[in-house]
Amino acid sequence: MDDPALTEALARDVDGAFEDLVLAHQDRLYTIALRVLGDPGDAEEAAQDAFVRAYRALGGYPPERIRTLALRSWLAAIVVNACRNRRRRIADRHPPRSLTPLLAGGFDPDDPAPSPETISARRGAAAQWANRLAALPRAQRTAVVLRHVDGLAYHEVAAALGVPDGTAKSHVHRGLARLRRIVEAEQSQARKELSA
Amino acid sequence: MNPRTTIDHPDGDLDAILAGLADLGVTAPRKLAPAVLVATGAADAYAAVASPLGELFVAWNPRGVSAVTLATDPGAFEARHRAETGRRAHRAAALPDRLARSIARRIAGDRRTRIPLDLRGRGAFERAVWTKALEIPPGEVRPYAWIATEIGRPRAVRAVGTALGHNPVPLIVPCHRVVRSDGSIGQYSLGGPANKRALLASEGIDPDALEALGRAGTRYVGSDTTRIVCHPTCRNARRIRAGHRVPFRSLRDAAAAGYRACRVCRPAEAAA
Repeated sequence: MDDPALTEALARDVDGAFEDLVLAHQDRLYTIALRVLGDPGDAEEAAQDAFVRAYRALGGYPPERIRTLALRSWLAAIVVNACRNRRRRIADRHPPRSLTPLLAGGFDPDDPAPSPETISARRGAAAQWANRLAALPRAQRTAVVLRHVDGLAYHEVAAALGVPDGTAKSHVHRGLARLRRIVEAEQSQARKELSA
Repeated sequence: MNPRTTIDHPDGDLDAILAGLADLGVTAPRKLAPAVLVATGAADAYAAVASPLGELFVAWNPRGVSAVTLATDPGAFEARHRAETGRRAHRAAALPDRLARSIARRIAGDRRTRIPLDLRGRGAFERAVWTKALEIPPGEVRPYAWIATEIGRPRAVRAVGTALGHNPVPLIVPCHRVVRSDGSIGQYSLGGPANKRALLASEGIDPDALEALGRAGTRYVGSDTTRIVCHPTCRNARRIRAGHRVPFRSLRDAAAAGYRACRVCRPAEAAA
């Protein structure tokens, strides 16, 4: 079901259409949470929390408001907030930067038997990019994830972050510039090792 | 808009970065959607629970318990649950501890245990019938006609029976404590009349004696010392000593003999 059909169905019957909303958006909300937080267990809880908040909000909206919702950026805003709340609680426990290499190696404190897809997703190029992303400051990482992992337009990123378009753009640009420096540093390190 | 055109770095690094980021999408864990749907009450969880009648399936969500049935094939249960409530039921390993304890206490006869129920989508009449049945204490029974009168629909005796037959949460809403006016035990949705008799027996009622009383024509019992008339299983009726027990066929007979209705069990005549 596409988003206009979803908002129309939700406007008519939140309880009846909510499952379709979850099925249509669960992969992207989980992806955003995973790439912002770095930990699969935290990401799952943040995504779950986000959907529960969305459900409660929808229950309080009149149908005409639901019909005009921009679902993609609205849900992105909710999951970004859920990640922020979650990170407050976990900040001291396991910062994403130090845990990510462990996760890339298959370590998972919350899930003793990760699925084959999870394991393969953690390996190889994707894991490398996830690690580089995790090295960005939070605001840049979140903006880059929304723009280039989730594929939101700049005005949607701005709406999701609750900042002006220009601020969203600047977070994304700085984040990409930093990723470029990280990649360059890795390449020069590799060259040094080769020539040594 | 192509994101790659919005950034003016001419070299290939940027393309590689954007391609790397675009590949970071993952599939949500399989348990995410069920967890969300159960947490919002848009779907229910269910688990098997032991009971004196055998294994039960109990379904619940954050609003309360939504179904109690004898355990059957999970696929059949899930299909029926969906048909009756419009919600999917997801199998869980076990009931939440607190709910499991409350249900065990309720089955053991503790009426003070609060168990929230989710009866969304059920009719006002059915809910009124089930709510009234909740008032019947363990070890006592009331006729279908009593519920009909108490909820202000004295002629709807048959509909009361139908509503009790559709009780989605038997044992928690004790429809086994509602019997026919003639004292016969009547039907039971949770595995048939034999289970109803077993449940009543476990609460201290002798179903055979109850039916024999009905066959003898006794509908009410009064005390010739207090001049009060009760349902035969009312806790006040059971205190009447044998020498003072006066059987009545009808409340009209009792009234003619100068007896008034008990204020605890509130006997009422079936509507003609």
